[in-house]
Amino acid sequence: MAPAIELTGITKRFPGVVANDDIHLEVAEGEIHAICGENGAGKSTLMKILYGMQPPDSGTIRIQGDEVELHSPAQAIELGIGMVHQHFMLADQLTVLENVILGAEPMRSLGRIDFQAGREHLDEVGRAYGLDINADDLVETLEVGERQRVEIIKVLYRGAKILILDEPTAVLVPQEVDELFRNIRELKASGATILFIDHKLDEVLEIADTITVLRQGRTVGTVKPGEVTAHDLAEMMIGSELPVPDAGASTVTEEVALELSGLRVAGEGDRAVVDDVTLSVHRGEIVGIAGVEGNGQAELVNAIIGIQDPDQGVITLLGRDITHVSVRHRREMGLGYVPQDRHRDGLLLGFTLWENAALGHQTEKPYSRGPWLSRLGMRGRANRIKEDFDVRTPNIEVSAHALSGGNQQKLIVGREMVADPAVLIANHPTRGIDVGAQAAVWDDIRDARSRGLATLLVSADLDELIGLSDTIVVMLRGRLVARLDPNDVTPRDLGAYMTGAALEAGAP
Amino acid sequence: MTERLTHRLMLASAAPIAAVVIAVVLSSIVLLISGSNPLAAYADMVQHASKLETQVDILNRATPLYLSGVAAAIGFRMNLFNIGVEGQYLLAFIVAAHLGAQVELPSVLHIAFILVVAMAVGGMFSGAAGVLKVTRGVNEVISTIMLNAVVISGLAAWWIVEWQAGGEISATGGRVGTEPIAESGLLPDINSWLEVFTREVGLGKKLTGMLVVALVVGVVYHVILNRTVFGFDLRSSGANPTASHVGGVSPKRMVVIAMTLSGMVAGLVGMTELMDTGYYPSNPISLLGFTGIAVALLGRNHPAGVAVAALIFGFLDVSSGILQISGAASREIVEIMKGVIILTAVIAYEVVRRIREREEAAAAAAAMAASPGADA
Repeated sequence: MAPAIELTGITKRFPGVVANDDIHLEVAEGEIHAICGENGAGKSTLMKILYGMQPPDSGTIRIQGDEVELHSPAQAIELGIGMVHQHFMLADQLTVLENVILGAEPMRSLGRIDFQAGREHLDEVGRAYGLDINADDLVETLEVGERQRVEIIKVLYRGAKILILDEPTAVLVPQEVDELFRNIRELKASGATILFIDHKLDEVLEIADTITVLRQGRTVGTVKPGEVTAHDLAEMMIGSELPVPDAGASTVTEEVALELSGLRVAGEGDRAVVDDVTLSVHRGEIVGIAGVEGNGQAELVNAIIGIQDPDQGVITLLGRDITHVSVRHRREMGLGYVPQDRHRDGLLLGFTLWENAALGHQTEKPYSRGPWLSRLGMRGRANRIKEDFDVRTPNIEVSAHALSGGNQQKLIVGREMVADPAVLIANHPTRGIDVGAQAAVWDDIRDARSRGLATLLVSADLDELIGLSDTIVVMLRGRLVARLDPNDVTPRDLGAYMTGAALEAGAP
Repeated sequence: MTERLTHRLMLASAAPIAAVVIAVVLSSIVLLISGSNPLAAYADMVQHASKLETQVDILNRATPLYLSGVAAAIGFRMNLFNIGVEGQYLLAFIVAAHLGAQVELPSVLHIAFILVVAMAVGGMFSGAAGVLKVTRGVNEVISTIMLNAVVISGLAAWWIVEWQAGGEISATGGRVGTEPIAESGLLPDINSWLEVFTREVGLGKKLTGMLVVALVVGVVYHVILNRTVFGFDLRSSGANPTASHVGGVSPKRMVVIAMTLSGMVAGLVGMTELMDTGYYPSNPISLLGFTGIAVALLGRNHPAGVAVAALIFGFLDVSSGILQISGAASREIVEIMKGVIILTAVIAYEVVRRIREREEAAAAAAAMAASPGADA
């Protein structure tokens, strides 16, 4: 039988990079095929090509043995290929049924939507693939895992036999991942072919029948999970040894650097999005904040750096009340910040690297003297950051958007570190960067910690939290609900706290 | 390194040169279609512009255009579209003309007083739009357009009547206008400065002293923008307000300050005319504010670029007169040329920006591949 998908010699170039370089991929009918690779290895580009969102520069695509040219997602859907994006595309105010039929509505006469037919078809799909969902629930009331199931059903409803899942576990806690994997196995049993993109190796080994590894736009190899270990896969992915976060010996001191007491931040309708948070971070300590995204971490961070005003509580930096002090003043007092979204909050993309190296510190020496900028000081610091933090760039005169994500992040971390802050707020500091840059960022934070830096680490990467933190606190619905020792907590336990399951069941 | 520099300079100058060349080509086509000889028209324009007196006219026209362009550019740098330069300069013009005629001061102080009043009025009027934006979320495009109407058909129309110079044959020589300012309040012409380099300026042409003020404004704009912490705050806040906010720059504060500064420079636009005639007439030179937006666009908000753009527009405006006199072409061709230059400039700048971006990305990718640790 012809393979469900066969890609030969796929090449796709973007300005300055070859995203896909002569890629070969063969996916057998009815298998779960995982595509692994670091960020920037070319996974997303390849999937976009397969889903008709971008044409390849060269190479051929065969679906069930027939050579096709894909020009649009609509055409891919017609060929039975469906894609579940990492970021859900659902209308919160509509029901599951309405979301599923949206854009493919069964019609009755006079332009009326035939909801009955839609419902029947939806039930049929649900039964056929063993996916359980209530068609009349409002999407806004659903948990993340359920929303993902709606996305999958949406694709199946349109007749997809080949499903592309783009990093489906990135948004899930471990318990939800189990549920997703059960669903994926059901789908397979019902005859679907699944292309599964991921870079979490244990997950890949657990679910996949076949694994193809990409590195720097090329296919490194195709293996069976029984034949390799996670370690082998990691080496294939990065071409060298996989770094692990490890905090090393404790350097925690008695001296409190950052203290929050009774902090409350109001969201819409005066509902507390940060609710009575009390926390202290000592010099030499890394406090990790775990939590499913949207449980108040963003607002907590905003209140600490000063762009959102808390309505109750006190923030103390190095013994001084900074609750209502300006952002600039806080920064000058020694508050460093690595933002979650570096393009939105961390960089001036069209500006040179040396200007970016000064952003947030432009009032401090050596970037300026009094009201005057010092270009010499700015360039000098930028060069030092480039050397010390291994920012890979031809020179510091290029603009920030020329750098890869990992190098942009190294620039930001370097900028904050050379300012020698007393307290660092690291908000998802390694999100979306490759393993090499990730290890570098971890090293930088650890080094600074040993010199007495107090760090508040907010992360969705549970291994990172456990590996780096001296203390982990769990944030749920705006409150700190648990305080854990990273030495005796597993990602699975942490997941249970993050969803609140552990609290309802009583602490394990 | 020098090779790289030459390359960069070539890229930078390619866009404006291409814009002018394409504009000339397109205008020639229009002239041919309308039955005129483009070469004859251009010859008239160039020949006219080679006269010293015409050059004085061009500079006198370019001076307010430059100030207006800088006013718009300050807004653009903060990502604000101050479309209200028009209203701001007319309001500043009439208030400064009126108050300037009410006081008696030694010359230097008198001139300074008038200029300061003009800047204060422009700054406050424009700053009001900034305050509306940060406190009430009113888009500055909407508010400044409405404030233009408030000035042009409101305040200025009212005050020109209210402050009109009295008498059947008024002190302004029979023309309707505000009370004339005493000689001590008028900035003298700088013909003598020009004549150091050239022959005597004839035909009673006077090179405006505001040219010096405009040059000072340009230098101050350049220095503040590029050499001060405040300028860095302004540029960064305009480029990325959220990153800048996280970096300690209050975006609201910057909006109000940028609008105010823009209005202050706008306030000087009408001073070229006031310093020449000494009063606010019933029909002051108008539309300089709107043209300033085009000048800023063509000059890329860069102090020197805006100066070149102002000179080009000044040249075209002055040329339209000679075309009408010589009959080589219709004077409206000048408006077509302005439009084409703006359009081609915007496109050419964008093309160059993309080429540069691509080159930088390629260089950065090459640096990554070449450095140790990255595998081939």
